[in-house]
Amino acid sequence: MPSLDQVFALNGGALQLRSQRLNMLASNIANASTPGYKAKDLDFDRAMQQAQNGSSIENSMSDHTGFRVPLQPSLDGNTVELSVEQALFAENAIQYRTTLSFLQGQVSTMKRALKGE
Amino acid sequence: MTMSGSMNVFDVSARAMSAQMVRLNTTASNLANARTDYASKDEAYRAMRPVFRAVMDDNMATVDVERVVQSDLEPQKRYDPSNPLADKEGFVWEAAVDETAELIDMLETARNYKNNVQVLQTAKSLILETVRNQ
Repeated sequence: MPSLDQVFALNGGALQLRSQRLNMLASNIANASTPGYKAKDLDFDRAMQQAQNGSSIENSMSDHTGFRVPLQPSLDGNTVELSVEQALFAENAIQYRTTLSFLQGQVSTMKRALKGE
Repeated sequence: MTMSGSMNVFDVSARAMSAQMVRLNTTASNLANARTDYASKDEAYRAMRPVFRAVMDDNMATVDVERVVQSDLEPQKRYDPSNPLADKEGFVWEAAVDETAELIDMLETARNYKNNVQVLQTAKSLILETVRNQ
């Protein structure tokens, strides 16, 4: 029988990566007008893949964090494009919610099993 | 969104909002002083500008106002002999404020501020959904 950690590993890890990505996108939006600031992002798919292969969340995150290539470079060296960041932020928030509801589904299944419903 | 570490998403957005607020204050000062006249170039008002700097913390970055500097825009000399501040040749110096630029800056500031509010609201609702007991 798998341990509880293993049961929740997939969605739990995904949730952690999603929340870290939310932090990064929030940082990019916060620095929308900081001269020279380079926007960062997480390649979620590849980070998730590495996490599934047994790597820690921290490692897979640092391995797949990179700088954003702007569609149009700006004069002050800032690479934040608000429209891009806002769209990704919204998308990531929805993906976080989706992962969360999967996780909550797993928890309630587990609860029902324990209660013997 | 983790609550560990020295900075979380609330700090990031809150500090960015206060930085934008400083920027809005300087814009207000600049606009308030636009088109005022001075007797000499040295005393003429020069537009103020905040200098933003990113503050990094692991994978997060917020923003601080490093300092507020005076813009390098020069005060304009204007011929106005009827002005009580005019010098012997009848010239006064007009405050160095580009009103159009200030208004555009104000719009950008408001937009950035709103974006940070939106980020805060989203992060807050996600965290609440996560901790809600089912």
